[in-house]
Amino acid sequence: MTNVCALTDIAPDTGVCALHEGEQVALFRIGNTEQVFAVSNYDPFGKANVMSRGLIGTKGDRYMVASPLYKQHYDLATGECFEDENIKLKTWTVQVKDGRVELV
Amino acid sequence: MSKKRIVVVGNGMVGHNFINTLVTSDHASEFDIITFAEEDRLAYDRVQLSKYFSGSSADDLALTTEAEYQSQGVIYTLNDKVVEIDSHAKTITTASGRKEGYDKLVLATGSFPFVPPIPGKDQDHCLVYRTIEDLENIEASAKVSKTGVVVGGGLLGLEAANALKEAGLETHVVEFAPRLMAVQLDEGGGKLLRRKIEDLGVQVHVEKNTKEIVAGEECRYRMNFADGSFLETDMILFSAGIRPQDELARQFGLDIGERGGIVVNDYCQTSNDDIYAIGECALWDNKIYGLVAPGYQMAKVAFNHIVDSLITHQEPALAFQGADMSTKLKLLGVEVASIGDAHGHTAGSQSYVFNDDIAEVYKRLIVSADGKKLLGAVLVGDSEAYGTLLQLMLNDMDIPGNPASLILPASDGAEPVGLGVSALPETAQICSCYDVTKGDISKAVQGGCCTMPDIKGETKATSGCGGCTALVKQVMDAEMEALGMEVNTDICEHFSYTRRELADVIRVKGYSTFAEVLANEGNGGCGCEICKPAIGSILASFNNEYVLKDEHIGLQDTNDIFLGNMQKDGTYSVVPRVPGGEITPEGLIAIGEVAKEFDLYTKITGGQRIDLFGAQLHELPTIWEKLIDAGFETGHAYGKSLRTVKSCVGSTWCRYGVLDSVSMAIALENRYKGLRAPHKIKFAVSGCTRECAEAQSKDIGVIATETGWNLYVCGNGGMRPRHADLFATDLDDETLVKYIDRVLMFYVRTADRLQRTSVWMENMEGGLDYLKDVVINDSLDICEDLERGMTRVVGAYQCEWKTTVNNPERLKRFQHFINADEEDKNLFYVRERGQRRPATEAERIELVELASNPVAGGE
Ligand code: SRM
Ligand SMILES: Cc1cc2nc3c(=O)[nH]c(=O)nc-3n(C[C@H](O)[C@H](O)[C@H](O)COP(=O)(O)OP(=O)(O)OC[C@H]3O[C@@H](n4cnc5c(N)ncnc54)[C@H](O)[C@@H]3O)c2cc1C
Ligand code: SF4
Ligand code: FES
Repeated sequence: MTNVCALTDIAPDTGVCALHEGEQVALFRIGNTEQVFAVSNYDPFGKANVMSRGLIGTKGDRYMVASPLYKQHYDLATGECFEDENIKLKTWTVQVKDGRVELV
Repeated sequence: MSKKRIVVVGNGMVGHNFINTLVTSDHASEFDIITFAEEDRLAYDRVQLSKYFSGSSADDLALTTEAEYQSQGVIYTLNDKVVEIDSHAKTITTASGRKEGYDKLVLATGSFPFVPPIPGKDQDHCLVYRTIEDLENIEASAKVSKTGVVVGGGLLGLEAANALKEAGLETHVVEFAPRLMAVQLDEGGGKLLRRKIEDLGVQVHVEKNTKEIVAGEECRYRMNFADGSFLETDMILFSAGIRPQDELARQFGLDIGERGGIVVNDYCQTSNDDIYAIGECALWDNKIYGLVAPGYQMAKVAFNHIVDSLITHQEPALAFQGADMSTKLKLLGVEVASIGDAHGHTAGSQSYVFNDDIAEVYKRLIVSADGKKLLGAVLVGDSEAYGTLLQLMLNDMDIPGNPASLILPASDGAEPVGLGVSALPETAQICSCYDVTKGDISKAVQGGCCTMPDIKGETKATSGCGGCTALVKQVMDAEMEALGMEVNTDICEHFSYTRRELADVIRVKGYSTFAEVLANEGNGGCGCEICKPAIGSILASFNNEYVLKDEHIGLQDTNDIFLGNMQKDGTYSVVPRVPGGEITPEGLIAIGEVAKEFDLYTKITGGQRIDLFGAQLHELPTIWEKLIDAGFETGHAYGKSLRTVKSCVGSTWCRYGVLDSVSMAIALENRYKGLRAPHKIKFAVSGCTRECAEAQSKDIGVIATETGWNLYVCGNGGMRPRHADLFATDLDDETLVKYIDRVLMFYVRTADRLQRTSVWMENMEGGLDYLKDVVINDSLDICEDLERGMTRVVGAYQCEWKTTVNNPERLKRFQHFINADEEDKNLFYVRERGQRRPATEAERIELVELASNPVAGGE
């Protein structure tokens, strides 16, 4: 488990990147809430560590992030790519405890 | 009644399709089905094989699973080749000695890659491209190779070349014929395709006949060609065509074609009534079909024939009647398609050719002697018309209007000519990979599908080669329209408004945050990457608040959120504002010093300023602090906002100049800097009619005359250049600025998302005259309001970088990791002409190896 940062370190509706057991993890916070998602920071199309810098939002009832490089969309909960069913980002479980964000 | 036994030899795409047809039919319970696979896995999607190199695993490619076969009662044996047929006893025997009886035998043994008999072809790194195992071998070989050659420049060869390229090899294609894809393309098409393939970084050698493969000097092998030249390479991939796998049929007495292939009749029966052959091993009417759709058609015909003869005892209802061989290449960034009689072999046929060397588009149509029917087509560079043309040909429809209009680019504003999907019969096959007709798609829409993913899920259309996507969308839209459903002009699913309507609503109701707009005008959800930046930009256009304020930060595109342009490797560029292109020596030195300190790649831009590339997130604030200290401001190179005002040197130095273009350019740049708009805005000011600042290609162009300034509006460079329109002449400074204020604010209020002023003008009802009427004659009585809006924006200007470096809370975002002081380890650079640039894919692999294995560099 990694204790990553304070919840308030993630501005509402934005992402940050965390180092977790040697891997780059993109964390996104939904609005001004305690809901935080974690997916891999590596953009498989752009081949760069940038996912945490993408815009987030919803598609239907799924939370998603759009790659900042070429705008593919990924389901924040499952990591699935909306445009290519063969591509999936790794995901992690996040918990928010006492105002801290933790990666499991 | 006892069950009938069907044995299927080969579990490839077509064999599996046959089995799938059987187990999902009404007669499934009347059969036992047994299949033998030579490969060690069940059927997978060979068509998508190349995806293996872009990250798909063998599991992703699988068309079925063992569990699925088990639940369907399919008896299967992997890794066991059928080696004997006894057609009297009606049994087969496998390599492992298994014997199995059958009522009907189906051969679906596919084909194998043809390797030309070149001396030296059997060495370790001489490979082929057909199975997953082949891919594993290629992958292993690529790891110890630098250069790869694909022998054969056909459809498959080019796909293979792209795969080698993706695997990081320096890639060559060697072709025997004088052009690429010789079977499908004519000369003009082949030439352009070659250029495009070379642009991908693949080197092409045509008219090369390989004589022998010997040991190389620089690389593992050397290929000697008949013309005396040679090529060195570490790996060779043969893709010189396929040959039907007819060995079994040949050994056990079935009729074989002169050049191979198991002869079948219209019901896919071989010379033995109880043995069928389907897919790439079957020879029908002396033709082998190397595509999957005809194979699926054969599977359907054979299954129907088996049911008719064993179960229902009816006359056969379905016959194979040949298939269309039109194809589209599935290479990222290269559009190539060939339809029907692409070479114009039909007697009396005529052709139309469209060729645009600049845009790299080549199209050729072959039409019947009377000009009414389409016989074939070649499309390179732009294959959008593929679906439409294919349907015209397949359904033998009359060409609507002048055939040339089918391939000419649409002229300004005009709708491109389509055939109108409503003209297609219900039975028209839209997706040939999955045999989906127009009727099937209409039915799916009636059943509630109204997005492309829905249609794909319901009908499977578009999930094969993808060539039918555009047409499927048209059929879906037409059906939705016919049903009275609205075809959407909404900006996205979260707002039922266009951008213009949103701008009106926000202005009239005075909203100042996205949250307010979403709560009062939205359809639920949280927004997305379309509506968030659009509304963020509208709010900024009206209120011009700091874009990184808490309530706005989540709306900004990456570039705006970090106030720099993201580059391909995730680093950023730094562009200080240089108003009018005027810069002092001290300013140049200051920029130079920053660039040197942070080792940034430095380049003069096309907009008369200087771009510094390759800054990492954590470096940005320090870089900007230094630039701001030296008197610079942000250049907004990242924003949909004012970019640069270019100037020529003008009357202060130039012997022809009539007004001071530099001073005017600086004044205009300082006035409008920071103005956010639906898209970026560029200006230029020239000091006389010689127009050295190229003002007529800008959104706002100003040209000096003896009698004052001439104002031009709505020009564009870029993808579709448009000359600006002369808007007003002989203006004094004050009127010039007044008109520009009004034009820009009107643009900000009424344009669509990401619409440049040029397109805005072209779509404006009434055009230039209308705009003049609004801005000069104040016909809408809004000019005062427009000017007030602009004054507000100008008054609220701030340098976003200055605000940011003075705000410790904001600076926290400028580091790669929120919880570690480290840098992104995925960045690799090489030096070129004295500066650093990102390493290419191939260089990167080398650098990684060097870094992880520093001693093993010598080999
Ligand atoms: C740096 C520069 C090229 C250079 O090395 O010279 C450049 C670089 C980019 N241009 Fe450009 N353009 C640059 C001058 C131009 C010009 C020439 C000019 O401004 O006089 C044009 C044609 C004029 C015009 O826009 O009408 C130009 C037409 C485009 C277009 C096509 C716009 C269009 O309407 O068709 C795009 C794509 C877009 O904006 O959607 C684009 C987009 C881009 C982007 C932002 C692409 C991207 O998203 O990464 C590039 C990023 C810049 C960076 O990372 O800093 N760039 N680009 C030039 C910067 C000028 C500056 O100082 O700000
Ligand atoms: C890289 C690539 C890209 C392609 N792209 C396209 C495309 O875009 N569009 C298109 O339409 N087509 C494409 N094709 C062609 C398409 O894959 C074939 O048309 C299709 O796979 C043919 O199916 P099949 O079942 O006849 O043969 P296969 O899929 O080859 O299956 C035959 C199977 O039978 C097995 N077998 C052979 N002999 C025996 C035996 N004696 N006992 C047991 N098993 C045996 C083989 O091992 C094999 O697994 C592509 C092919 C490749 C290789
Ligand atoms: S536009 Fe005119 S003033 Fe400007 S540099 Fe050219 S000739 Fe000189
Ligand atoms: S035609 Fe190939 S997917 Fe539809």
